[in-house]
Amino acid sequence: MKVLVTIKRTPQRDARIRVSADGAALELDGVKFEVNPFDELAVEEALRIGEARDDVEVVVATVGAESCHQQLISALAMGADRAVRVDTDEDLDSLQVARALAALVKRENADLVLAGKLAVDDESGQVPSMVAGLLGWPQANQASKIELAADVTSARVTCEVDAGLEEITIPLPAVITADLRLNEPRYASLPGIMKAKKKPLDVVPLADLADVGARRERVTSYRSLPPKAAGVKVESVDALVEALSERKLI
Amino acid sequence: MSDVLVVIGPATSPLRKGDLAAAGFAEAAVQASGGAFDLLLTGPEAPAAAADAAKLGVRRVYTLSGGELAFSTPEVCAAAVAAFLDGHEYRLVAAATSSASKEYMPRLAALLDVPMASDVLAIESLGSDAAVFTRAVFVGNLLASVELGGPRAVVTCRASEFPAREPTAEASPVEAVTLDDGFSPGPTRVFEALHQAKSERPDLKEADKIVSAGRGTRGPDEGIPLCAELADVLGAALGSTRAVVDAGWLPNDLQVGQTGKIVAPDLYVAIGLSGSIQHLAGMRNSKTIVAINKDPEAPIFEVADIGLVADLFDVVPALTEAIRARKS
Repeated sequence: MKVLVTIKRTPQRDARIRVSADGAALELDGVKFEVNPFDELAVEEALRIGEARDDVEVVVATVGAESCHQQLISALAMGADRAVRVDTDEDLDSLQVARALAALVKRENADLVLAGKLAVDDESGQVPSMVAGLLGWPQANQASKIELAADVTSARVTCEVDAGLEEITIPLPAVITADLRLNEPRYASLPGIMKAKKKPLDVVPLADLADVGARRERVTSYRSLPPKAAGVKVESVDALVEALSERKLI
Repeated sequence: MSDVLVVIGPATSPLRKGDLAAAGFAEAAVQASGGAFDLLLTGPEAPAAAADAAKLGVRRVYTLSGGELAFSTPEVCAAAVAAFLDGHEYRLVAAATSSASKEYMPRLAALLDVPMASDVLAIESLGSDAAVFTRAVFVGNLLASVELGGPRAVVTCRASEFPAREPTAEASPVEAVTLDDGFSPGPTRVFEALHQAKSERPDLKEADKIVSAGRGTRGPDEGIPLCAELADVLGAALGSTRAVVDAGWLPNDLQVGQTGKIVAPDLYVAIGLSGSIQHLAGMRNSKTIVAINKDPEAPIFEVADIGLVADLFDVVPALTEAIRARKS
C-alpha cells in the first residue's frame, strides 16, 4: 500500500514572529523553519504503519517553492521512502493547495493520506478535509489512534472530539489527520540523515499537475494582540475572595 | 444575495451555547450585509431542536433529514448541506467552531468551490464580492485580517466571541426538507463508540466559570480533587492542560488550549498551571483570569487579572472554604 503524507514548512514553534511596520506582512528574516509539528506526527504514524507491514511505501509531499526541500529531507531522514514537491512560487490559498494535493494523490494512486490536524502558522486546519471532499473520500480528523485492518480495506480510528474520544471505522482510501496524542515522533538518526540525501525527491510543476483556479483567500494585514491591562497581585485568600466579590463573580 | 445560513449539525435539543453564538454571528453579519439569516438543523434531534431554534428571531428554520442518513459524519453532513444549497442562495454559510464543524465545513467549502475562513473572531466587512474577517494565527499571538474574494464564502466562528442569541416570543416558520432518494454521500465512516467521562459539572464550552488544573496539582490523588471541589462550590466546569491530560490525570475533553477547547468564560481560575502559549491561546479572552501558582515568574501571571503567588495546597482549600462560608 502507498501512504502519502502531506507536510507544510512552518516557522519553528518557538520563533517570535513580528509584523512589518505597515502590518502588511510578517517579518520572517532570520526565522528558522521546520516541518509543521502536527505533520511530523503524521510522518511518524506513516513510518509505524510501514514498520508493521512489508508492503508499504511512504511518500511525503508538499506544495511550495524550493525552500521546502529542507522539510522534505527532514521527513526522508526520519524514514520516508520518497518525496514529491509540487512546485510553485505563488502563495496559494487552502482550496488551491487542496486541489494540488488531491491531484497528486490521484496521480500517486495513494491508499491513505495522512496529515497534521492543522498548521501552526495560519491554524486554518482546512486542507485535509478539503482534499477528502475533492476526492470524495471519507475522513477522520484529530486522530489519537489508528489501527489498520489486516487487509487494509479499513482503519479503526480514535478521534479527539469535543465530547471525548470517538471510535470509528473508516473505509480506505481515506484522509486521516493527526492529533497530539497519536504518537511521539522520532528524531532522525545520523544514518537516516545520510540516506535521506540519496532518496528520490521529485519536483512536479504545479501547472503540469492541476488547474487550481484563482486565489480567493488572503491575509490583508497582521497586527499584535491589543495590550491587556496589567493585573493585580493579591497577598492572601481573603484578599482574593474580596477581589472576586468586587467583580460580582462570587 | 446577502443572506446568511447557519448550519447546526448535528443539532441537539436544547441547542448548544455555541450554536446560539453562531446565530449571534449571523445577526452581526446580516447587519453588515443587509440580508436575513436562516438556520439549518441536521441530525436526528433536528425536529426537537427546531422549536427552540424558531424563537431565535430568524427568518426561517430548516430541518434536514433523509431516512437513515448518519448526519453526524462529515461526509454525509457536507454532502447534505451542499445538496440543500443547490436550491438556496446565501452570501455566507456559517457554523460555530466545534470538532464536528472543523471536519465538515472545509469539506463543504471544497464541494461548493468557495473560499473559507476558520474560527473567525469578528466580521470586519461583508460586501457583495469580498468579505473580511479577523482570525487568530500563530498560536493566538497575532491577529490577521483575512479577505475572502467572491460572492459566496464558508466560515466557522469562535462561539466565545459572539453574543449568544436570546429567544424571542415570536416563532419563525419551520420547514422540513427531505433529501431525495438519489442523494448519495459516497463512502463514509461508521460510528463505533463514544468514550465520554461522566460528570455532573457543566460542559467546558457551556460554562460561565472554569477552574483549570495544571501539572502543579501533582495528580488525581493530590491537587486535582482540590480543584474539583473549588469548581463545585463555584458551579464551575473543570478544565486542564495538555500535560495533565497526557499524564492521564483528566480526560481529553477537559483540555483547554490550541489542542483542546478555546473558551472565554466570565471567570477562569488557573491553578498550578504555568501558562504555555498553547494553553493561553485557549483561554486568554476570558473576562476575569485568576492565577494561583507558587512560581512568581509563571507566564500565566502575564494574562492574569488577579494573581496569587502561593502554594495551591495551602490556599485552594481555604479559598473553597471561604466561598462556601460566604454562600451560606
